[in-house]
Amino acid sequence: MATQTKRMRFFQLAATHLVLAFFALVAIFPIWQVFNISLRPGDQLLSTSLELVPRNATFENYIRLFTERDFLVWLRNSAAVTVSVTITGVIFASLTGYGFSRFRFVGKKAGLLSLLTTQMFPGTMLLLPMYIMLINLGLIDSYLGIVIVYSATALPFCIWTMKGYYDTIPTSLEEAARIDGCSHFTAFMKVILPLAAPALVITALFSFMSAWSEYIVAAQILQDTDLWTLPIGLKSFEASMSTEWGLYGAASIVVMIPVVGLFLGLSRWLVSGLTLGSVKG
Amino acid sequence: MNTDRTKQFIGFLVIPSFVLLAAVVFYPFLYNVALAFGNMNLNKIRDWQFIGFRQFIKIFTEPSQPDFYAVFGKTIIWTVVNVAFHVILGVFLALLLNQKIKGKAIYRTLLILPWAIPQYIVALTWRGMFNYEYGSINLILTKFLGMPAVEWLRSPTEAFIACIITNVWLGFPFMMVVALGALQSIPHELYEAAEIDGASWWHKLRTITLPLIRPVMIPAITLGIVWTFNNLNIVWLVSNGGEPSDRTHILVSFVYKAAFNFYSFSYAAALSLVIFLLLLTFSMVFMKQSKATEGAY
Repeated sequence: MATQTKRMRFFQLAATHLVLAFFALVAIFPIWQVFNISLRPGDQLLSTSLELVPRNATFENYIRLFTERDFLVWLRNSAAVTVSVTITGVIFASLTGYGFSRFRFVGKKAGLLSLLTTQMFPGTMLLLPMYIMLINLGLIDSYLGIVIVYSATALPFCIWTMKGYYDTIPTSLEEAARIDGCSHFTAFMKVILPLAAPALVITALFSFMSAWSEYIVAAQILQDTDLWTLPIGLKSFEASMSTEWGLYGAASIVVMIPVVGLFLGLSRWLVSGLTLGSVKG
Repeated sequence: MNTDRTKQFIGFLVIPSFVLLAAVVFYPFLYNVALAFGNMNLNKIRDWQFIGFRQFIKIFTEPSQPDFYAVFGKTIIWTVVNVAFHVILGVFLALLLNQKIKGKAIYRTLLILPWAIPQYIVALTWRGMFNYEYGSINLILTKFLGMPAVEWLRSPTEAFIACIITNVWLGFPFMMVVALGALQSIPHELYEAAEIDGASWWHKLRTITLPLIRPVMIPAITLGIVWTFNNLNIVWLVSNGGEPSDRTHILVSFVYKAAFNFYSFSYAAALSLVIFLLLLTFSMVFMKQSKATEGAY
């Protein structure tokens, strides 16, 4: 009897590992593909082999990417846009989320609902009017335009995340600080904000990802090649008649590194910071 | 009652965000509504007029290329299939990860990866993998599984399936993380008590696990449905703008094409509005329904 349950337990464990390993493999397969392509020498780009590392693996594509193409320009543009969006997102969301979490005021409910409603906008609903407005204002091809669009699209979700997290922090904490003579603002900055670190991290991460990885809006607003961000640049390797897979692979790997690094480094905060209770309202 | 000082503080907290949102979200939204009732296109950017409901009538009654109802049907299939896979896979993997097993952290890290990769890279990479001759999907099919190669990107049904596969791959980690968070908050005592009563694995799943993760999963699923319905990146980039011959569109990619390839601005604006109203109605009904049934457990 005892050996039977033990054996059952063993098979169960083996099956669990087998299934998890299979899905883990599925999850990394495309990434391994890109990496593999990025290491292929020019004459093997269209190879039909499925080797783990290609024969005559070389970093030639990476070198070409940085020396022969405008990759550094795209990288600089994307970094500038992303940093601006992240900073704006974190400041605005942390303040407004706090306001919604702690105070009662006229229009609060309407405000929260309208934020939720923006999540249902199809991308084109803001992009098209924005595009026409920018044409009319002559602001096509400007960073200001794109930074504003990105910040605003990420903001509603970030405000909700922050609000949901503040809701879990007891109000007695700032009340105590207020009794000690702190102003509202000091109590918020010194007591609450540090405690909301997980949600701040998530807000920063989502703002970062939404700007770093956005293609559709950028493709319409940034048409001057000097202003291109990474997504448009990478797409351009693919767009022409013959795809430059080697360069595309190398560029993808370089683009992925910061975002995957950040994401995995912060993934332990994801579960605590992304209190989906926040969406419950 | 708020004191004046408090009022100032609230203003300081809330007003900047809403000024920003008013300028770049609410104003464009109203502008979009106005456009939907007009006749703007590339030749009439400045001198367009209001023409009432004509764009809406055109959407619902005039034949379009591709057909609106066909695209709408495809969008429903796209959303339902994707979200179903996301939720089933996500909850399933979360259940597996929520045990005491070796290498849990490694599995979790690897399984989150698809969420971390920028969507456009996911899309372009999978497009490459679906290539008939050199793509790894067909290589695996033919070399390891002895199956015939599939013309993934050149026939409408297969191209649409290719888009769905890509999107399933990138979407399950979100549901997995959400489900994992919910599972961790279920008290152990419940399972222990059920075990004493001799409850089977399936019984525990149905009576403890699923009802208790439900309140967290419902909002996540609502968001998932809205995001999937509106996901332009994957369809647009995997099928390269609706190829072959505009047969793989979902509603948002159809609007995007109308707006930025055909410059039918007002038509696109009207269609955006239709999509928005559909989603708004759906979310309200869905959330209300699931709240109403919550008491059943």
